[in-house]
Amino acid sequence: MSAGADLVEIFFEKVDNSAILAEQDIITSINPSFAKGVGIRVFFNGKDGFVSTNDLSEIGLKYALEQALGMLGLEKCSGDRSTFLGLNELKDYGKIKSSYFEQTPQLKETINKILEATNLLKEKGRKIEVRRGSYSRNIQEVIVASSDGTFGRDLRLYQSIGLNALAIDKEYRSSIGRRYGTTSNPVQILEWDIDSSVDEIVESSNKMLYAKYVEAGQMPAVLANKFGGVIFHEACGHLLETTQIERGTSPFKDKLNEKIANEAVTAIDEGMTENAFGSISMDDEGMPTQETVLIKNGYLKKFLSDRAGEIRTGNKRTGSGRRQSYAFPAASRMRNTYIDKGEYKPKELIESIDKGIYCKSMGGGSVGATGQFNFSVEEAYLIENGQLKTPVKGATLIGEAKDILPRISMCADDLDLAAGYCGSVSGNIHVTVGQPHIKVDSITVGGL
Amino acid sequence: MDNKLLSVSQCVLDPEEIKENLNRLSKSQDITKWDIGATSSNDISVQVYKGEQKQLKASQRNSITLRVWNKNNMIGITSTTDISENGLKKALESAYSATKYANKQETPDFSPLSKAALNNVDQPIMNSWGIKKLFNKLKNAESELLNKHKSIVDVPYNGFSEVNYERLYINSDGAQRHLNNTQASLYLYAKAQEDNRKPRSSGSFKIAYGSDDINIQECIDEAASKTIAHLDYRPIKTGKYLVCFKPEAFLDLLESFSNIFNARSVIDGVSLSNKDSLENYISSPLLTLYDNGLDKTNIGGLTFDGEGTPTQKLCIIQSGILKNFIHSESTAKAFGVLPTGHAGLGAKVSVSPDWLIVSKAKGEHSSKESLNHKNTKEEYILIENLNALHAGVKATQGSFSLPFDGWHVKDGVSSSIESATVAGDIKSLLNKIINIEEKQISTHVGVSPHIWVDELSVTGEK
Repeated sequence: MSAGADLVEIFFEKVDNSAILAEQDIITSINPSFAKGVGIRVFFNGKDGFVSTNDLSEIGLKYALEQALGMLGLEKCSGDRSTFLGLNELKDYGKIKSSYFEQTPQLKETINKILEATNLLKEKGRKIEVRRGSYSRNIQEVIVASSDGTFGRDLRLYQSIGLNALAIDKEYRSSIGRRYGTTSNPVQILEWDIDSSVDEIVESSNKMLYAKYVEAGQMPAVLANKFGGVIFHEACGHLLETTQIERGTSPFKDKLNEKIANEAVTAIDEGMTENAFGSISMDDEGMPTQETVLIKNGYLKKFLSDRAGEIRTGNKRTGSGRRQSYAFPAASRMRNTYIDKGEYKPKELIESIDKGIYCKSMGGGSVGATGQFNFSVEEAYLIENGQLKTPVKGATLIGEAKDILPRISMCADDLDLAAGYCGSVSGNIHVTVGQPHIKVDSITVGGL
Repeated sequence: MDNKLLSVSQCVLDPEEIKENLNRLSKSQDITKWDIGATSSNDISVQVYKGEQKQLKASQRNSITLRVWNKNNMIGITSTTDISENGLKKALESAYSATKYANKQETPDFSPLSKAALNNVDQPIMNSWGIKKLFNKLKNAESELLNKHKSIVDVPYNGFSEVNYERLYINSDGAQRHLNNTQASLYLYAKAQEDNRKPRSSGSFKIAYGSDDINIQECIDEAASKTIAHLDYRPIKTGKYLVCFKPEAFLDLLESFSNIFNARSVIDGVSLSNKDSLENYISSPLLTLYDNGLDKTNIGGLTFDGEGTPTQKLCIIQSGILKNFIHSESTAKAFGVLPTGHAGLGAKVSVSPDWLIVSKAKGEHSSKESLNHKNTKEEYILIENLNALHAGVKATQGSFSLPFDGWHVKDGVSSSIESATVAGDIKSLLNKIINIEEKQISTHVGVSPHIWVDELSVTGEK
């Protein structure tokens, strides 16, 4: 601070990870990993310089700090121009979580659960030829200290279980996967309902194995709950991050308090749902998490903002500064993001469509520089005369957020969340997407 | 300010020290067989926004992956960022404790080629410009790009970076590899918008061994011309079209389905091929495909893979016939061949292509040889870039449905397509290749000519 910086932030991270892969009936990979590092960020006149390093020696850290200052034309000096008043008392969100490591099951117990799942897939899925189960456990300790006094520590436990199956019959193939992720639940793997997961995958595999390619075109769609929420995440959520507002790449950048969606749509981003994959006690800039209502009855109410976003766009921080690791500067990112529940029953949405598509399970998606999004559909069915009909494959939903949001005309009452990973400017982070069943009046479906 | 402080730092890996440490530490833990892969990188990067620095970054990163074998030849692994003696000690202990859960059915070993001579490549170590110069050059490039056309309103995605990286592989049998490389890259993606029209975006990416070799002007000109060309866009009717893939688009698609020629995928049952696919037609006879990480167009190609096997040129498809799979040590052992230099490093070793080189098969003639993207009068779709491959490719099923940037060409006149996707089945696509142009074009993902495919499904907004 004596060099004249407006703010200096230090992010220390230590991780202890473990990943297990089971294929067919055996464990084919166990990969423990450890990492330590520091990210130093300096703000000056609305600009910032960021340096990350594995070198945690005093010399290494001093060098990194000098680099970050030097990027902004600042130099260490003997005179004290500092306004630094010292750090606040440590807010230790990690203290009550210190027993996580001991509470997670032993490796052998975890291995047995994963193998139990791949074995059950063999038992129940007659056409399933390739079975994979995976488990990852990430324990991340972070300390954030900033010259505005911020001083926080957190201990985060992320666990993720994946189960995938490839069914094959002659030239027919179907690939179905499910992922279950939690935060702060050491015994997740022991609570995992393997039977239910396997039954769901087997049923989907059987239905999709002989599915025909979907016919391309514009049509109404019903998107299922849970991971169906990826449409909102990709189509709209990213465009409400101040990272996009700064760049001018969001069509919503000057739409605060304007109607951008159908009145059926209320959308929320929060970090508070117990055990949800995107939940955090504090963000990666040391700010306590919160609930942020993004859209209320169709009206845009707030953007997701981090420290840089507040400085550059004037939008107050929302506890959304997140990063994959010390190697990335924090950016405004989503946490648990979902469209809130409505008043309809799921079947009412389907019954309202003469000819369309029901997207039961989504794959991944992305949003382009001009707001165009797309995401693949893993499991879909045609809707004819208000009834679910034949399964179809190869569908991709394409559109632009500002065109699609007004077309979400019905929301059901079955809101549910699903874990996922989100890759963006500050790396891959744990998130939750979610929604109830929703109806989109018209969307482009890519297919054959 | 000292420019050295704001430039890319030099190497930090000391192979001799790491080897000595591991020899000593492994002996003290009674471990007789081990190998290690390590990388270290120092990089700097700048981004600008309307003439101002947006973000300046520097990073120094180390990473090692250590494998050990126990007395029963079972393998265990650990990764860490800590290359100090203490870090190595902890990694050895952790890797050894993982050996008790190893896969007894497939144990990787040292590559039989881990001590074979490496191919020589000319990869100059270039001087770093430093952050200040990168920033000034990028700022000027942004300004020039904004001034290229009144509709270019922004350059939202841009960056200029330099990196110095090292890689090493050492094993307890005496193999020792070490390489040091430099690289610089520049990207400029512009956004253009006209009244009552949708914004359009396109850009250019350049890579070289050092900033001195980056053609900044060409990057600006390409970003401008591509972006402007897409301003006058139109919707397209859904239907089946003759499609011409630009080199980058075809290479992206091919790489997404590289399980076709990946031995790891074949063994795991997730490939579209099987062991019996070798020496059989998998595409039109017009197609020949090599993988060559050492090709001179591959800036930053590595001379050895994760297991220390030398990188090499490998024929994958010859005149439509699948000739070879790419291998690691363990997949090669299963197939009774030598590893091909395509391995990562792990308890279960991943396999991936290096640098795909597509060409028209020698001696093969197409009945549609007149098709050429420069002068064809037939109606077709020219695909420039495929987007969202991670979402739209179902590699194990063979299907894809991908948004793209491109043109609808009719009577020699090109119109930018507003928004569309192309969908199909990769096996079917490879067999529907009806012409491959002669001229190979180097891209930042490989080398390929323009590829013509008949009857592909395109979904538009009409």
